Amino acid sequence: MAAEATTDTAGAPAPLKTPLHARHVALGARMVPFAGYDMPVQYPSGILAEHNWTREKAGLFDVSHMGQCFLVGPGHEATARALEALIPADIVNLAPGKQRYSQLLNEEGGILDDLMVTRSIEPDEDGALFLVVNAACKEADYAHIEARLPADVKLIRAEHRGLIALQGPGAEAALSALAPEAAAMGFMTARSMKVAGVKANVSRSGYTGEDGYEISAAASRIGEIWDTLLLDAAVKPIGLGARDSLRLEAGLCLYGHDIDASTSPIEAGLNWSIQKRRREEGGFPGAARIQRELAEGVSRIRVGLKPEGRAPAREGTEIATPEGEVIGVVTSGGFGPTLNGPCAMGYVAPAHAAPGTALNLIVRGKPLPAVVAPMPFVPSGYRR
Amino acid sequence: MAETRYSKDHEYIRIEGDLGTIGISDYAQSQLGDVVFVELPVVGKALAKGGEAAVVESVKAASEVYAPVSGEVVEVNGELEAAPGTVNEDPAGKGWFLKLRIKDASELDALMSEAEYQNYVKSL
Repeated sequence: MAAEATTDTAGAPAPLKTPLHARHVALGARMVPFAGYDMPVQYPSGILAEHNWTREKAGLFDVSHMGQCFLVGPGHEATARALEALIPADIVNLAPGKQRYSQLLNEEGGILDDLMVTRSIEPDEDGALFLVVNAACKEADYAHIEARLPADVKLIRAEHRGLIALQGPGAEAALSALAPEAAAMGFMTARSMKVAGVKANVSRSGYTGEDGYEISAAASRIGEIWDTLLLDAAVKPIGLGARDSLRLEAGLCLYGHDIDASTSPIEAGLNWSIQKRRREEGGFPGAARIQRELAEGVSRIRVGLKPEGRAPAREGTEIATPEGEVIGVVTSGGFGPTLNGPCAMGYVAPAHAAPGTALNLIVRGKPLPAVVAPMPFVPSGYRR
Repeated sequence: MAETRYSKDHEYIRIEGDLGTIGISDYAQSQLGDVVFVELPVVGKALAKGGEAAVVESVKAASEVYAPVSGEVVEVNGELEAAPGTVNEDPAGKGWFLKLRIKDASELDALMSEAEYQNYVKSL
């Protein structure tokens, strides 16, 4: 038996550790190299149990490897305009205490990274935007952003902070037991509050398709929040393996797989993340391509794929018509524990993108029947 | 009495006369994690020693299972289609993959005994 190729770490520098690293080891996690960090892929209960626990109760994830930074300028409008020159979302009209998902774009409208943008609700923090970017992209993102900021807006890295995500239908009860303000928060809003006595920035968001929160706090104290949440019988630690199967079932893109520098947000089906004013006015990198794609359509589009059998179709699997013509490739795929079956996403021409379209997935040389399926594969639990 | 031998790739073969039952070791299933799909060969297929005999998929990845010796597939464990997790729960028992008619018993000599395999796993 031979495992599929894993990340090649030969010659790589020693992996970085998050502030929670020792806790993962003590909890018996299987640690793997990921985006330069030594991260827990699963705890002893295993990926299936962790996935199901998150869907039914509350899962606690260490996402401290992700890049946290602030853009700080003289006022909200100045900082928002500086960021709007790099992303297609409307940030000028982002209300205090609100959060938005967007993408850093290159001049061709390709996605350099995807990110979350939060405007603080505190009046004395007006002019600051909090960004969370992907771990593997963060150094390139920071260099890209800094090279394009006006003189009065600065990027300040928040490397002294940790980040955890509490996700699942039990998340509200677990967090509001420690911080009652959390219960009243709406989806994609953010507040500062004390959690287990520690000052934290909390947003009601995540990347699992479930209701939940992301909690940012000083690296030196994030462990106190982690430990206190784990005292709740409904909360268990969850590794990156289940995080991946949860986000796949939720139909959420993974950077470097479902989206990259060649894909535009329109091809990726992320049109909803570009507000009306920005579509009309443009003024972001690649605006010409994106406006053209919105008006005239795209040549390929991201779709959900549901294999008919039980064999998972992994990333790289060719997508073909029933007649055998190869029309695309799977960008993420595997087994969906909540679905109790395989699911995948990939890119095809719009002519093949309607839900219900019959296709074949070429798994180990054999065409396996599949249909185009609406996403998310599992209904979202967001608290609107 | 049946004897079990192991390959360095963590397949086992339980030998009863000229029949061998093939599966993956307890160590292998624990390394793989939750098994969600097993692709088995068709009955009658001739397997070459070291060639692909089956594919086992965990939540994370697909892994090939190699034939520890040459032979012809005489039976496959169809129960795994509905319950692939049996490979995790009982790899040496109900989680077997296939039975083959051993072509050349001398190929068994290159495989490890139970004690040798346990030492090998400890060395990994």
